Amino acid sequence: MKGTDRIVRVPLHEVAHGRTGDKGNRVNISVIPYHDEAWPLLLEQLTVERVKTWFAAKGAGTVVRYDLPNLPAMNFVIDDVLQGGVNGALNLDGHGKSLAFHLLSIPVEVPARLALHPEKTVG
Amino acid sequence: MTATTVHIGCGAGFAGDRWDAAVPVVASLARRSGPRYLMYETLAERTLALAQLARIENPASGYSPYLERILRPVLKSAREAGIRIVSNFGAANPHGGARKILEMAREDGIAGLRVAVVDGDDLSAVMTEADIRGHGTVEGIGMPEGRMVAANVYLGAQPIADALAFGADVVVVGRCADPALALGPLLHEFGWSLDDLDRIAAGTMAGHLLECGAQVTGGYFADPGYKDVPDFGHVGFPIAEIGADGEVVITKADNTGGLVSHRTVKEQLLYEMHDPSSYLTPDVTLDVAGVRVEEIGPDRVRITGARGRQRPPTLKATVSFEGGWLGEGEITYAGPNARRRAELAIDVLRTRVRDLGTNWPLRFDMIGTVATFDGDGGDLRASQPWPDDGEYRVRMATQGGDRRTAQWIADEVLSLYCSGPAGGAGVRHRVAPLVTTASILVDRDRVQASARLVEEDAS
Repeated sequence: MKGTDRIVRVPLHEVAHGRTGDKGNRVNISVIPYHDEAWPLLLEQLTVERVKTWFAAKGAGTVVRYDLPNLPAMNFVIDDVLQGGVNGALNLDGHGKSLAFHLLSIPVEVPARLALHPEKTVG
Repeated sequence: MTATTVHIGCGAGFAGDRWDAAVPVVASLARRSGPRYLMYETLAERTLALAQLARIENPASGYSPYLERILRPVLKSAREAGIRIVSNFGAANPHGGARKILEMAREDGIAGLRVAVVDGDDLSAVMTEADIRGHGTVEGIGMPEGRMVAANVYLGAQPIADALAFGADVVVVGRCADPALALGPLLHEFGWSLDDLDRIAAGTMAGHLLECGAQVTGGYFADPGYKDVPDFGHVGFPIAEIGADGEVVITKADNTGGLVSHRTVKEQLLYEMHDPSSYLTPDVTLDVAGVRVEEIGPDRVRITGARGRQRPPTLKATVSFEGGWLGEGEITYAGPNARRRAELAIDVLRTRVRDLGTNWPLRFDMIGTVATFDGDGGDLRASQPWPDDGEYRVRMATQGGDRRTAQWIADEVLSLYCSGPAGGAGVRHRVAPLVTTASILVDRDRVQASARLVEEDAS
């Protein structure tokens, strides 16, 4: 198998970027792949069930994923992870501004050519 | 003649934004022709409640505390270039803000400045507290206990357009939908009908892309080695060029750092958006699910394909309440065995607070592990090992009804200096009042928005 087709297991951060926004006790996190070709692979791997589990320590409630094929991108809306919202939370990050980077640490498997730094594999 | 293109720059994306961000934006707009506007967005959910509390203390205050800091550097140059200014920096006292702006104009020798105020966002003027409390909440937070501080509805773009039609150079709004700060000028310049849903959608999308300032030009985006942003310390704030047909191009102030790329635009497009096909605003239900984002030149990105559907039947309002007191404290342990000393500090704090006899909720963090990603229970940190040596900052936070208890609990962090584990350093502790907010939906016929010019001698 050619080097660039080799499947690597890397943090999502090597494959996509994203941003958190908050409203009330709800955050949204966008996921935008660096290579359009990665989008369908991320759709397969970033299921709402998996994302809910990834945010279990935060007490994630309902997770909804909106798919945007034109951009391409996806948008996760996660309930309850702010544990009361910006005004009620004891958390240092009451807005959840850091949470996109928590999602960007989830492992994904993609061909090496779709990862910016494919040597940064995760276990 | 109706304009073909309107230029709208943004000078602030939140109340605490850079004081001088608008200066290059105004300088850039001054070199362009046609209708030009500067908007500032300064009013997050909680900011208005804090302004209302300030107004209770001092009836002349209650507008954005940063009004003078962000507006004075450009008030004269904007006026001279014919750049009109629209902002929600009126906060809890738009009339007070307008008086302050007229005072600044006098001081800076700006003659004949026309300032307009938009009224009607203050729900407490038209509804009782019981009526407000009787509304069900949306967005996942129930109606809080505590004294109601403020209740303000998000107004749409029409009263802003009206204020501009009256000839205002500066439009001072309290609560309005952030994108309305851009849509108002577009309604005024292009004469768009609110029924022209796709154009209203395009103008709303332009406002959404502008409303957070540098967040579309490299701010909240830079990630070294992944998303590099040139001359980031001088990040330029955005300027949108909106065509009469609804074409939107995002660019930025001349001679500044930062960048506008398809990636910066995509991140901001989806920022604070839930269902991208149904972004609810007072003026339109915005659908961006099918938009195209194209780089058409250096720092120039065109966004097309926003669609509009009928606006929602209700208006959203944010209701704020006094929410008790937050007590928090932090202390650092560094060097050999720092982790175990930090964990011992947490044990000591737990013991001490239990001995105080309170049942207030406590949260403990070890900053330097996964504190921001963790829940109040600390499960994520407990799920993996951390090195004994290093640098860990312990944080304790609590909240409850009275200031004295919050202070007692926070003071337990301070007392770790002499009575806690070895080498505790760098204590910061504080007690702060909390404001809680909830969102409700209000029938449109309960709300009467209006605009009027404020006379200089009518204060």
